[in-house]
Amino acid sequence: MPGATAAFGLRTRLVIAFLLVAAVSAVTTAALTYREARSAVLERAQDTAVASFREEVERFVPSLPLDPDSLRWYLYDIAARAKPHPWIVFAEYGSLRASSGDRPVSGVLTAELRRTVLTSPHGSFERVVKDGKAYLTIGMPVMTRVVAGGGAVPSGLVLFAVMPMTNEEVDIDALVTAARHGALPGLVVALVPALLAARSVLRPVRELRRAANSMGGGQLDTRIPVHGRDEMADLARTFNESAARLERSVQELRDAGTRARRFASDVSHELRTPLAAMLAVTDVVDEDAGTLAPDTARAVRLISAETGKLAVLVEDLMEISRFDARAAELNADEVDAAEAVRRTLSDRQWLGRVRAELPDGLRIRLDPRRFDVIVANLVGNALRHGAEPVTVRLSARGGVLITEVHDSGSGIAPDALPHIFDRFYKADAARSRSIGSGLGLAITEENVQLHGGTIRADNAPGGGALFTVELPFDGPASRSGAPEDPSPAHGGTRPADSRDRTEATA
Amino acid sequence: MPRVLLVEDDPSVREGVEIGLRRRGHDVLAAATGEAGLEALGGFRPDLLLLDLMLPAMSGVQVCCRVRETSQLPIIMLTARGDDVDIVVGLEAGADDYIVKPARTEVIEARIRAVLRRIEGPVGARPAVERHGELDIDRAGHTVLVSGARVALAPSELKLLLYLSAAPGQVFSRQRLLEEVWEHSYHHDVRLVDACVRRLRAKIEDPSGSPRYIQTLRGFGYRFGPL
Repeated sequence: MPGATAAFGLRTRLVIAFLLVAAVSAVTTAALTYREARSAVLERAQDTAVASFREEVERFVPSLPLDPDSLRWYLYDIAARAKPHPWIVFAEYGSLRASSGDRPVSGVLTAELRRTVLTSPHGSFERVVKDGKAYLTIGMPVMTRVVAGGGAVPSGLVLFAVMPMTNEEVDIDALVTAARHGALPGLVVALVPALLAARSVLRPVRELRRAANSMGGGQLDTRIPVHGRDEMADLARTFNESAARLERSVQELRDAGTRARRFASDVSHELRTPLAAMLAVTDVVDEDAGTLAPDTARAVRLISAETGKLAVLVEDLMEISRFDARAAELNADEVDAAEAVRRTLSDRQWLGRVRAELPDGLRIRLDPRRFDVIVANLVGNALRHGAEPVTVRLSARGGVLITEVHDSGSGIAPDALPHIFDRFYKADAARSRSIGSGLGLAITEENVQLHGGTIRADNAPGGGALFTVELPFDGPASRSGAPEDPSPAHGGTRPADSRDRTEATA
Repeated sequence: MPRVLLVEDDPSVREGVEIGLRRRGHDVLAAATGEAGLEALGGFRPDLLLLDLMLPAMSGVQVCCRVRETSQLPIIMLTARGDDVDIVVGLEAGADDYIVKPARTEVIEARIRAVLRRIEGPVGARPAVERHGELDIDRAGHTVLVSGARVALAPSELKLLLYLSAAPGQVFSRQRLLEEVWEHSYHHDVRLVDACVRRLRAKIEDPSGSPRYIQTLRGFGYRFGPL
């Protein structure tokens, strides 16, 4: 019954099943009892009736020739000794008909009975239902003894007794009524164990659901208390074992992840010291390269240039490591968005190359340094990989500040769009390494998420790539970063107001 | 040319920075430990201390505190970026600025010049000494008296006080102060400003009350007065 299983809960189904079982067993018991009782009642009645009628008929020796009147007196006589219920006696002899009732011929007697009576010397009986009433009809041939010791032969006179079985009907009706009246309270009583059973089944199921829910919510140490030794207890035990295994493997994964992140962070740290030494002398190298042999000069310049790139890469790696370790901090301040973007552009000498639509009066709480990184990265990408003119547009809608960076290049390849924020993703595998570390957009995305915002990459309808950043106006504090949030390092950072030192002392 | 005392434990970095700065005409003395650096102070008499925070034995923060006990020598910390707590602790200890490693020599030199640069006095006829409540500020002599007693201010503290008090009652955002006092970009670390304000308040404000001279305007920045 898939429809029923969908429509009813487990409890309802259990109760219904219970009641069905109760009803079926009640009905079956009642039916069997009824049948047995009914046949017992009827048989006793008919046995008594047949025996006593046979006795009466055997004692009856009519005087011949038969005349109807005297025959009727005999019949009255027999009728008076009816057992167990009153009966009406009919006599048939040739065309002669007589009875103890008010009609000489019974309307109940069947031709079948008349036929069998003629062939069986001990008579026969038949139960007849006519007009909804049950009658027992008995036919007995009257035998004559022709010779002593000889077999009796039918005299041709047949006596019939018709006995209404009303009492038995009443008894049986009472049985049915009793069964019917007993069944309803019985079912009501059966409801109690049904509910109890349903509850005992459902309690572990509910516990299981709660436990599964909290597992799903990241509480991997959830366990169910195991009661008893039934299947539900087995289920609980299995659940607990699975949960323990899951917890172990998740812990292993987390440890591995932590180790990997630690390693990346340690490597970046270790790289920084030699880089600090190298970067400090690149000026000297660049300055004197002109005085060296051409090949040496090229080699020296190469080392110098790559040292600079390596420094950028290591710095970006460190930044990503901080995001991964959730150690990235947000130093929020209230700033004018337009001014912040203008500063970013002027710091990098982009004011002349970029079209800016920066409406005044958009004050927003954000980390100016991180916002600078976001804008600089997007505009830098647009200038490098897209084509001028590049537009930066600020607007506000529904509690968020929208920063759009749009270039006029060929846009982003559709298959690259989903991966554009991946670490070290190169939109064009054949593209030579540019100034970027390959981490720029990944860091940008992390910075946006740290503010509780979103970033999207699309291709604008009119061509060119369009990056859209949305940052909440009320600042990152409106977010709650759940520390037990199982999602890996994305978005779930500490609320970053712990280090917001706008108020130094007061 | 400024005389720079460099305290850095890693030999390569020490040598690299020394070469870079010498090439740019600085007089550099390099020390490998904090203790050696402190010892060299008296003899070398540097104009500026370039101090690595992560030192064996005596840490850069401890060196910073020891130097500040006796002198207002400009101090720039060299730090591994991401040692965020260290930066704050170092600034609280009295460092004027910090540089993140790895850095090009031109960046290091730009920081050095910025710290050593003096705030130019305001144009126009002003009294040599301004009085603001209990505060006497001598703009020309670069001295500050609180209730008649001279207080020793580190370069960044002095510059911040001079800058704010030049326009009493005007609010300056932390970004603006970064640009004007530290000559950092607008987006640099505003914690420099906050730490400096705290140090300055500890020296000139009455500790029992709320700040009188350097006042905070939440969400906007700082201002001098009004008294």
